[in-house]
Amino acid sequence: MSDRLSGGDMLIRALQDEGVDIIFGYPGGAALHIYDAIFRQQKVEHILVRHEQAATHMADGYARATGRPGVVLVTSGPGATNAITGIATAYMDSIPLIVISAQVANELIGTDAFQETDMVGVSRPVVKHSFMIKNAEEIPEVVRKAFHIATTGRPGPVVIDVPKDTTDPAELVEYIRPSDIRMRSYNPGGRGNGRQIRTGIDALINAERPVIYCGGGVVQSNASEPLRELVRALNVPITNTLMGLGAFPGGDPLCIGMLGMHGTYESNMAMHEADLILAIGARFDDRVTNNPVKFSPQAQVIHVDVDPASISKIIEAQIPIVGDALMVLEQLLEGTKAQIASFTKAEKLTYDERNDRWWKQINEWRCVHGLDHGLQVEPDMPILPQLAIQGLYKATNGDAYVASDVGQHQMFAAQYYHFPEPRRWINSGGLGTMGFGLPAAMGVQMAFPDAIVACVTGEGSFMMNMQELSTCLQYGLPIKVLNLNNQALGMVKQWQDMQYGGRHSHSTYSDSLPDFKTLVEAFGHVGYKVSEAADLEPTLEEAFSEKHKQNLVFIDVWVDPHEHVYPMAIKGGSMRDMVLNKSTRQETT
Amino acid sequence: MRRIYAVLIENEAGALSRVVGLFSQRNFNIESLTVAPTEDETLSRITVTTAADTGMAEQIIKQLYKLVEVVKVMDLCEGDHIERELMLVKVKTDTVTRQEVKRMADIFRGQIVDVTEDAYTVQLVGPSEKLDAYLRAMGKKPILEVVRSGVSGIGRGNRVLAI
Repeated sequence: MSDRLSGGDMLIRALQDEGVDIIFGYPGGAALHIYDAIFRQQKVEHILVRHEQAATHMADGYARATGRPGVVLVTSGPGATNAITGIATAYMDSIPLIVISAQVANELIGTDAFQETDMVGVSRPVVKHSFMIKNAEEIPEVVRKAFHIATTGRPGPVVIDVPKDTTDPAELVEYIRPSDIRMRSYNPGGRGNGRQIRTGIDALINAERPVIYCGGGVVQSNASEPLRELVRALNVPITNTLMGLGAFPGGDPLCIGMLGMHGTYESNMAMHEADLILAIGARFDDRVTNNPVKFSPQAQVIHVDVDPASISKIIEAQIPIVGDALMVLEQLLEGTKAQIASFTKAEKLTYDERNDRWWKQINEWRCVHGLDHGLQVEPDMPILPQLAIQGLYKATNGDAYVASDVGQHQMFAAQYYHFPEPRRWINSGGLGTMGFGLPAAMGVQMAFPDAIVACVTGEGSFMMNMQELSTCLQYGLPIKVLNLNNQALGMVKQWQDMQYGGRHSHSTYSDSLPDFKTLVEAFGHVGYKVSEAADLEPTLEEAFSEKHKQNLVFIDVWVDPHEHVYPMAIKGGSMRDMVLNKSTRQETT
Repeated sequence: MRRIYAVLIENEAGALSRVVGLFSQRNFNIESLTVAPTEDETLSRITVTTAADTGMAEQIIKQLYKLVEVVKVMDLCEGDHIERELMLVKVKTDTVTRQEVKRMADIFRGQIVDVTEDAYTVQLVGPSEKLDAYLRAMGKKPILEVVRSGVSGIGRGNRVLAI
C-alpha cells in the first residue's frame, strides 16, 4: 500500500509503523508542520512537557523501564540544545532514544536564522548516530534506520534533524517503508565465539575465587534469566554495578551487593581478592575500579560485551567475548550446565569445597561491615536517610519502580532498595544528571500507569526539573516523590568534608529553600513534610495507600544533614581501600 | 609509535566530521589527515596519521568501527606499506641562488613547477621524512611558503583495503 503524504505526516506515520505509542515533546516554529500532523491522528500520543530536557529524560525513563526506544520531538535552536543533556545522559548509559529535532528550512541553514542551531554538530559527541533529512522522500527510510541503530548492538540515542521545508504540508510524496534495512557498515554483535565461550567456562569452573560482575548491558539485553540460572548453577557470588541493579535479585544470598565507589564492603573485597572475574555488560568504569593499576591484582578477566571497544579499554581481558549479553549468557549457561552435570563425584566434591572456602571468606567480610552498620536509632536522633529508603522499601513491598536523581540519595537508594527485578531501578549512572529523577519517573509511569512509581530525590536535584510537576497534573501521574532533604548539595558537601577540610564552598542554601509542601500543593498535588523519625513510616504508608492512588504525593523528609555515604573508595587506591565511616579507614596500600 | 590508519567510510555528508570529532573527543592526536572519494563513489578513503601505543592503537580502531558510517579500517604500519606525501615549496631565488635551488630539487627528485623572477616553486613527492630532509637541507631562510598534502598510503602486495 502506498500513500501520498506530506513530510510531516510521513514522519508520524513512520513512528506509528515502528510501533511508537507515545512521544514526549515541545512545539516551536520549525516543528509546527509536524505538530499539525500529530493533531490529525490518534495512534501516537504526545506528552507536552515544560522543558525539553525533561522530555528526553521522560523518554529515557520510558525506554529503561520498557526496553523499547523512547521518542522525543523538539523544535530547532533552543528546543534542540535543551535536549542535549538528556541525549548525553542516554548516551552514557546506552539507552535507545530517537530524538527528532526540527530544523530551520534548508534554504536558511547556515544563515544564522532565527532559532537555528547546527543540531547534528552540537549533538555529535553524545549520539550513537545522527541523520539530517534532505528531502521528504527519505523520511521513511531514515526513521527505519534510526530505530534499527538505536535499538541494536550497544543501544544509544539517535538524532534525526528535520528541516521545516521537508515537512511542508503542501508537498506530497509517496510513503514507501523499506521492508528491510541493510547497512554494510553496521553489523551489531550476536553470539559469542564458541572457542572463547569454552575457554571462559573452563576458567569459571576451575577458579578458586570467582566473582560475576554484571552491569547495565545485562539489563539492556534482557538477559536476567540466563544470568540467574548461571549464577545458581555455579553457586558463585555476583555483584552488580549501579546500572546492573536488579539483573540479579538484590535480596538473594548469592548477591553480594553493588560494587565500586559506594559498593558494599564484601563486594569490593571479593573483587580485589578474586582470581577470576566474569564481567558481563559492564565497562570497568572509574567509579567501579578505583585505581585501575591496583585493580584486582590476581584476577584473570573474562569480559563479555557487545561493544568491542569496551573490552580491554580500562582493564585487560584475558578472555574477551564479543557478543550480545543474552546470547552469550545462554551459551555460557548451556556449557556450564553440561560441564557440571558431567562432574565425577570427586570433581563435584572438589568444586563444592572450593566454593565453600570462598563463601566462608565472603561471609566473614559480610560481618565486618554490613549495610546496617551504624544505623542504630537513638531517641531524638535526626532521620537517617538510609532509614527513609528502608521505609520506602517496606511501604512498597520492594515492588516499585524507583527513579532517582543524582547524589547521596541516589547511592542510599542503590544500597538499600534491593531490587528484585531488572528495569525497576532508573537512574543516570554514567553522566550523573541531576534533574533526571522526576521526568524519568514520569516516563515510567506513562509506560505502566498502574505500577507503583517512586522518585527518590534530593532538594538540589529536584529543583532542577520541578517545573514538570505541572506536566504531572496535566496527565494525572500518581508518582510518589521521596525527597531526602538535607538542605545542602549532600554529595558535594561530603567530598568537601572529607577532602577540603570541611569548607562548604557553595554547597549549602538552607535559609533559602522553598516550603516543598506548599510548593507541590500550588502545583495541585499532595505534600507531606516529615521531620520526626516517628512520623516517617506512617507517612510513607499513607502516601502509598489507596487514598492517594490517583495523586502525586511529595514527601519532604528532613534527614540528618551530616550523614555521609559509606563505604567510600579511597581515591587512588585499590578496591579494598575504603572509608567505612567517619572514624574508620581501611587502607592496605 | 607512529600509525597510519586507512579508513573506508560511506561518502556521506558529515561522515568526515565524525572521524575528526572522534579523535579529539577521545584525546587521540591527529598529525595529518587526507580524504577523497575512491573509485567507488559511495566510499571515501581517509588516511589519518597519529602516534599511539598498542593499547591506544587498539582503541582507535575499535572506536572507528563504532562509527556507523565506517566500513573498514587498517593500520598500514602493521605491515609492509608505501606512504607518500606531496609538498609544494615556494623558494626565494635570485640570479645567484637559482642554480642551487635547482640542484637541490634534483637531488631530492623534485620538480620546479612554477618559475617567476624572484621565486621558484618546487614539487616533491615521497615519504614524510624525505620532505622533512629537503626542508632541513634548504634551511629556513629562502623558504617563502610550504604546503603539504598529508600522508596517503597503501599496503604492499596483497594487503588490500576494499570491500
